[in-house]
Amino acid sequence: MSGLKYSKDHEWVRVEGDIGTVGISDYAQEQLGDVVYVELPEVGKTVVQNEEAAVVESVKAASEVYAPVSGEVVEVNQALEDDPALVNGEPTGAGWFLKLRLSAPGELDGLMDEAAYADYVGGLGDD
Amino acid sequence: MSDAAGTDALARTPLFVEHRALGATLVGFAGYAMPVRYGPGIMAEHTHTRTAAGLFDVSHMGQVRLTGDGAAQALERLVPGDIAGLAPWAMRYTQFTNEDGGILDDLLVTRSDDGLILVVNAACKDSDIAHLERRLDAGVDMTVLSERGLIALQGPKAAAVLERHAPGCAGLGFMTAGWFTADGADALITRSGYTGEDGFEISLAADKTAAFWRRLMAEPEVEPVGLGARDSLRLEAGLCLYGHDIDETTTPVQAGLAWSIGKRRRQEGGFPGAPRIQHELAEGPRRRRVGVLPDGRAPAREGTAVLDAKDNVIGEVTSGGFGPTAGGPVAMGYVAAEAAEVGRPVSLLVRGKPRPATIVKLPFVPHNYHRG
Repeated sequence: MSGLKYSKDHEWVRVEGDIGTVGISDYAQEQLGDVVYVELPEVGKTVVQNEEAAVVESVKAASEVYAPVSGEVVEVNQALEDDPALVNGEPTGAGWFLKLRLSAPGELDGLMDEAAYADYVGGLGDD
Repeated sequence: MSDAAGTDALARTPLFVEHRALGATLVGFAGYAMPVRYGPGIMAEHTHTRTAAGLFDVSHMGQVRLTGDGAAQALERLVPGDIAGLAPWAMRYTQFTNEDGGILDDLLVTRSDDGLILVVNAACKDSDIAHLERRLDAGVDMTVLSERGLIALQGPKAAAVLERHAPGCAGLGFMTAGWFTADGADALITRSGYTGEDGFEISLAADKTAAFWRRLMAEPEVEPVGLGARDSLRLEAGLCLYGHDIDETTTPVQAGLAWSIGKRRRQEGGFPGAPRIQHELAEGPRRRRVGVLPDGRAPAREGTAVLDAKDNVIGEVTSGGFGPTAGGPVAMGYVAAEAAEVGRPVSLLVRGKPRPATIVKLPFVPHNYHRG
């Protein structure tokens, strides 16, 4: 599970070639609780870093999922339509949201690696 | 993580320490630090309540006692419910109304051996108490029972569990009450609740509440349930949440609560807003609370516009989310009276996109109250 880069909004991206797979972190799914619905963008849509790319809904509330990097949506995870709970069970695996063709790979440099993200999340409880 | 939400400045119920020990996620609710969920999460807590027994801390709600000869008559001047006709140990759901027939709060009234016991919403209790102080006759004494805790045990196994600790309580009929000895503590127990399931609310001294909670927690059928599942349970049961489905702008008739206004009160009036409420009873209200069932999987939240076939706005969702027992999204809200027929197709404007839905009869999940 190495190679994930995280945003401060708790999304992750895993890059292979010029394609980045995007999802939400284990911390984020834990905070949300039971995921009951995921709204995914159309394939072909262009998303911009830190802007809304998808919506995830728990029993209680709807939350935006922001694109950790900019790019064009080339695939979405259809499995979430029938089984949104995959986001809770395997947030960084089968619970991925979408794949992007990166338009600005330099944005990756501004994201956190696993260790930095773990520190970041660890500090959130002390606010 | 429990302290991260800044709950330190909030009031605590007698069960605060229990919630923390159980790993609850605490949030601020009506000025109290309350559990929104425990370890297993809202879905599991909801399902457990529908299949076994869920334990709820509702100590944040206001408990008030009215005594004095004219207490029932005095209260009837503030609510449309039939209080004078309440038999000993019977209880009734009613509302404090304003002069326009709007709802100031909804409440339960129990006739006990020492007067009327009112249970009111936490967020409204200060204003309710001020309202009672202003409007009650001099001969009626009001006591705010702030030194009492309140626990709800809800679900099909609630009666069997509670009978072990408070012998005799399983003999209570739905919406009746009595004093029982609950593991040595005096407890006013009512067969009521707000989940659509059979169940009880147990009022006992604040300093006895945590010990009794722990004894119930030790029962194999019992799991703790937070405010998150309390909300999804009452939504599936079609029950109103004050501040969302009912408020000062909605009347009991619009809200589908006319059943709680007895025949004598309809005829005689004598409560705030009676002319308007009587007019709505006779002529029908301009809008009605209805169930709205989204066709797809996307939940429609509070504030979602309800549209007709021509995309005109005909109403608004006041509570909406996911119903774990219903197995999909469920919502309720108000629509224009002429559109309020069961089976009518409508759409819900979710994130700018109209999505098909149907007006349905409430509740979404059949009530499972005790019919003994």
